Amino acid sequence: MAQGIWIVAEQREGELRKISYELVSEGRRLADQLGQPLTALLLGSNIKEKASDLGKYGADKVIVADDERLATYTTDAYAAVIAELAQAHEPAIILLGASVQGKDLSGRLAAKLGAGVAQDCVEFSIDNGSLVAKRPIYAGKAYATVTYKDSVPQIATARPNVLELNEPDESRSAEVVDASFSLDDSQLKTKVVELQQEAGGKIDLTEAERIVSGGRGMKGPENYNILEELADLIEATVGASRSAVDAGWRPHSDQVGQTGKVVSPNLYIACGISGAIQHLAGMSTSKVIVAINKDPEAPIFQKADYGVVGDLFDVVPALTEQIRKLT
Amino acid sequence: MNCIVCLKQVPDTETQIKIAQDGMSVVTDNIKWVMNPYDEYAVEEALRLREKFGGEVTVVGVGPKRVTESIRTALAMGADKGILVDDPSAAGSDSLGIARILAAVIKDLDYQLILCGKQGVDDDYGVVGSVLAELLGIPQISVVVKLEVSEDGATIKAHREVEGGTLVIESPLPALVTAQKGLNEPRYASLPGIMKAKKKPLDVKTVADLGLDAAQVGEGGAKIKVLKLSPPAEREAGKMVDGETPEEKAANLAKLLREEAKVI
Ligand SMILES: Cc1cc2nc3c(=O)[nH]c(=O)nc-3n(C[C@H](O)[C@H](O)[C@H](O)COP(=O)(O)OP(=O)(O)OC[C@H]3O[C@@H](n4cnc5c(N)ncnc54)[C@H](O)[C@@H]3O)c2cc1C
Ligand SMILES: Nc1ncnc2c1ncn2[C@@H]1O[C@H](COP(=O)(O)O)[C@@H](O)[C@H]1O
Repeated sequence: MAQGIWIVAEQREGELRKISYELVSEGRRLADQLGQPLTALLLGSNIKEKASDLGKYGADKVIVADDERLATYTTDAYAAVIAELAQAHEPAIILLGASVQGKDLSGRLAAKLGAGVAQDCVEFSIDNGSLVAKRPIYAGKAYATVTYKDSVPQIATARPNVLELNEPDESRSAEVVDASFSLDDSQLKTKVVELQQEAGGKIDLTEAERIVSGGRGMKGPENYNILEELADLIEATVGASRSAVDAGWRPHSDQVGQTGKVVSPNLYIACGISGAIQHLAGMSTSKVIVAINKDPEAPIFQKADYGVVGDLFDVVPALTEQIRKLT
Repeated sequence: MNCIVCLKQVPDTETQIKIAQDGMSVVTDNIKWVMNPYDEYAVEEALRLREKFGGEVTVVGVGPKRVTESIRTALAMGADKGILVDDPSAAGSDSLGIARILAAVIKDLDYQLILCGKQGVDDDYGVVGSVLAELLGIPQISVVVKLEVSEDGATIKAHREVEGGTLVIESPLPALVTAQKGLNEPRYASLPGIMKAKKKPLDVKTVADLGLDAAQVGEGGAKIKVLKLSPPAEREAGKMVDGETPEEKAANLAKLLREEAKVI
């Protein structure tokens, strides 16, 4: 019978990403409920030394697949290796990150294993030995609670920034084993040609703890410097509404909302954003929402924990100034 | 170069979502059904490739009769033909079931590229594309914001959005890509386009026509089972920050964020 929980750790250029620790933390809680072991899969090249970190967060065992061809994520290579390992070891549950990588991988893996997949979940529990997952639908306008039927394994991806992170326990260590897999070059059809990193190495919106977003009220691309200044001070990432993106003021990758990024930061500051339903759908799971808008009737105020009615060109620089005084 | 676009019909993004009495479904009265916004980018990209390389664009949808309208919209934008799989036994399919149906339709067609949307803005799964690619045994590149096809039409180079950057990936054809906003600016259907679309072929098929066993699709074949739907947690009413001047308001806000919300 299928046994145990697996999480698929995520690394980029040899560094573990935060979602990996979130997955181990959640996996630990679920493994304890089930009374089964937690295994982390780590794929990469010269990556073995990172395995101990996963142990500190709660993995009992780390299976390391170390191969040059796994250095950078490709669907072909990762899906082939993980499917082969899953067939050999038969885990009951596989959790991945609902990152770009995890969302790309989950369906492919599910198809290879003939299993069900629940994408982008925000809450997990175990009921009667089965995984139960809660996931936003309609970009968070509703939630669906789902479970699995005759699915071995039960596959799910977890939204970044939502699951609680364990305190690392320095005294814990995981058993580290080398994976045995047969990766044939003929399976590798796609090739990564290049990774273009965004300038400044800023944190992606989906992973950011704090976001300062600007909408049409910003009046033009040149004015985003006042948001950048605030963002730099509080270590935030700058986002935008669709109007600002479609006007060409900000890149598509900055768009927050139903047809942009769905974000869950601790702090979301919306500046000159009216709060259209599609925008709200993308950010209403933020822990604290601040709205700065000169129109007291703007719908964004209905979602905001703190609302400031005023001209953003006065309020934002003043806020930056005041926060600087506090620090 | 023949392209296939998988088209899903979804409620317009303006829709307020209400959960039905049964707690298992969404109230569909008065919903305006539209082509999934990401699929519009897929249709547009296919049309642009046809303009450059020739060939045909076929649109495939799975769903009830109303989906015909969205397929007609794609035909009015310029696609050549449509196929709708309309079968009660397909209702309640999960991503795997839908992909099985799409694979059964597509496997006998002559194609080089399949385009899907990044995800349906209804269930937000974003799974059908990769399952379909696996079932057909072809490579996939998801969340694509830029697509280049080599002059000989044999390979593609796609830019996919990842956290904090862009990955450039090369793949031989046939392949499947999923479209992300930014890929292109979809055209509107013109009036002559709408007239022409009425005469374009639109085949309607059943699950049995495709040689699929009804037990493999629909609720029976689904590996994912919905237990219930629930509304989002109500956010508690927030407070308006006081102050006579912008400076005062800013000072009060900074204090609240530091001392009350503890987020800075
Ligand atoms: C299919 C579809 C998908 C969509 N997806 C998204 C999405 O993912 N994300 C998204 O954001 N939108 C999306 N939209 C668009 C959405 O409907 C709105 O049009 C958009 O969010 C509005 O952007 P905005 O709030 O910046 O602009 P507006 O609605 O024009 O609001 C500007 C606000 O700025 C305020 N303002 C102006 N000047 C100042 C000032 N000096 N100081 C303070 N406040 C000021 C105004 O009072 C106003 O409230 C989508 C639409 C469709 C049809
Ligand atoms: N019922 C369907 N009919 C045709 N294509 C679909 C259907 N469901 C999903 N797709 C395709 O798969 C993409 C992703 O959908 P999903 O996995 O449901 O989020 C959509 O944008 C479509 O291109």
